[in-house]
Amino acid sequence: MQRSRIFGPIGAVWFVLTLAAIVYATRLGLLIAPTEATMGNMARILYYHVPHSMLALLFPYVNFGASLFYLYWRRRDPLKALTADAVAISAAEITVVYGTICLVTGMLWGRVAWGIWWTWDARLTSMLLLWLLYVSYLMLRKLSSTGQTHTLAAVLSVFAAIDVPIVFMSIRWWRTQHPAPVFGGGPDSGLDPSMKPAFGWNVLAWALWGVLLLALRYGLERRRQEREQEAALQAIEASLEMAQ
Amino acid sequence: MNYFGHVLAHLRKDLQLEWRSRDSINGMLFFALLVVVVFSLAFDPTAAMSRQIGGGILWIALLFASTTALNQAWTREQRNRVLEAQRMAPAPPSALFLGKALANLAFVVIVEAVLAPIFVVFYNLHAVGQGWLLAVVMPLGTWALVCNGTFFAALGLRTRNRELLLPLILFPISIPALLGMIQATTAVLTGEFSPDPWIRLLIGYNIAFTAVCLLLFETVLNAE
Repeated sequence: MQRSRIFGPIGAVWFVLTLAAIVYATRLGLLIAPTEATMGNMARILYYHVPHSMLALLFPYVNFGASLFYLYWRRRDPLKALTADAVAISAAEITVVYGTICLVTGMLWGRVAWGIWWTWDARLTSMLLLWLLYVSYLMLRKLSSTGQTHTLAAVLSVFAAIDVPIVFMSIRWWRTQHPAPVFGGGPDSGLDPSMKPAFGWNVLAWALWGVLLLALRYGLERRRQEREQEAALQAIEASLEMAQ
Repeated sequence: MNYFGHVLAHLRKDLQLEWRSRDSINGMLFFALLVVVVFSLAFDPTAAMSRQIGGGILWIALLFASTTALNQAWTREQRNRVLEAQRMAPAPPSALFLGKALANLAFVVIVEAVLAPIFVVFYNLHAVGQGWLLAVVMPLGTWALVCNGTFFAALGLRTRNRELLLPLILFPISIPALLGMIQATTAVLTGEFSPDPWIRLLIGYNIAFTAVCLLLFETVLNAE
C-alpha cells in the first residue's frame, strides 16, 4: 500500500504560516503590548490562556457536528461515516489538549493573581467539567471493542453536547447561591484597545495551530482506518482461498 | 400489543426476576448502608453539620449503590443470549429500555424507602424546610441517575472493563443532576434557600435525557 504524504503543499504552507503567526503573536503579547496596570507583566499570560480557553470551547462543536454526521451516515454511507468519525476523535483530543492548557495556565495565573491555585468559581468549574466530559469520551473510545467504538462514541458525544449547557447553567446557579471569595481581575471588564492586536493575533495563531493539529490527527486516524480495512480485506480473501 | 403494553411486559419481567432473586436490591441496600456508616465515622457530624452534609452523603451513597446494581442490569439479558432475541423481537427497542429503566427506578426507590429512616436515625436529621418536597426530589433525582445509568450500562455492555466504564461515563454526565439533587435536598434539610430552581433543573435534565435515551437506544443496542 502506498503511503500518502503527511504534508501536502497546502499543509506545508499552512504550517509555515502557523509558525509565523505564533512567533508574531507571542512577540506582540510578550514584548509589544502595554503592561497591565494592576497585575504587571504577569497578566501577559492572558494572551496564552484566553485564546486556548476560547478554542477549548469551540472544538467540542466540531466533535458534536462530526458525531451527528457519523450517526446520519452510519447506515447510508459507511465510508463517509468513517471520515466523520476521524474528525470527531481528532476534535475531542484537541479539546482535551486545549482544555488542559487552559486549566494549567489558569491555575498558574490564579496562584499569582488571587494567591490560590484553584477556586470553585463558575467558569473554572464549568471548564473542569467540560474537560472531564471529554476525557470520559476518550476513555470510552479506548475501552470499547473495535467494531462499535464509532457508534458508541458518537452517542456519548450527543449526550455530552446536551449536558454542556445544563452544566453551565447549573454551575452558575450553584455559585450565585454560595458566592465565591474574592474574585478580581479577569478580562471581562473589557480589554484596553492597545491590547487588542496582541490578543487578536494570539487567538488567530492558536486557532491556526489547533486546525493544523486537527488535520494531522485526522490524517493519522484515516491511515489507521485504512490499514484496518486492508487487514479485514486480506482476512476475507484468505478465508475464501481456504474454502476453495 | 401497543407500545405501552411492551413497556409493561418488560417491566413485569424485570420485577419478577428481581422478586425471585432479590440480588440487586439486597446488594444496593447493604452497600448504601455501608457508605452511610463509613461517612458517619469519617466526619462524626453534629446535628447542624449533618443537615449541611446529609443531602450530599445520601446521594453519594445512592449513586455508588445504584452504579453497582446498574452494572448487573443487563447481564441478565446476556445469559442464554436473551439480548440477541430481544434485538430480533418485533417490539420497539426503546420499550425494552423504558421497562428496564422503570424497573431499576423501582429498585432504587425501594432502597431509598428503607434507607431513609436509617439515615435519619444515624445523622439525627429533621428537615427544617418543607419536608414533603423530598417526596418530589427523591424520585426526580433517582430517575436522573437511573435513566442515564441504564442507558450507559447498555452502552458499555460489550466493552472491556465494563464495571469500570459505567462510572467513568455516568458520573461526568450526571454532575449537573447530582448538583441539583444535592442542592435541593440540602435546601429542604436546612431551609436556608429555596429548592425550586434545583427541582426545575432536575425536571429539565430528566426530560432532555429521557428523550435522548429513548431516541438513541436502538442505535446502541444494534451497534456493531
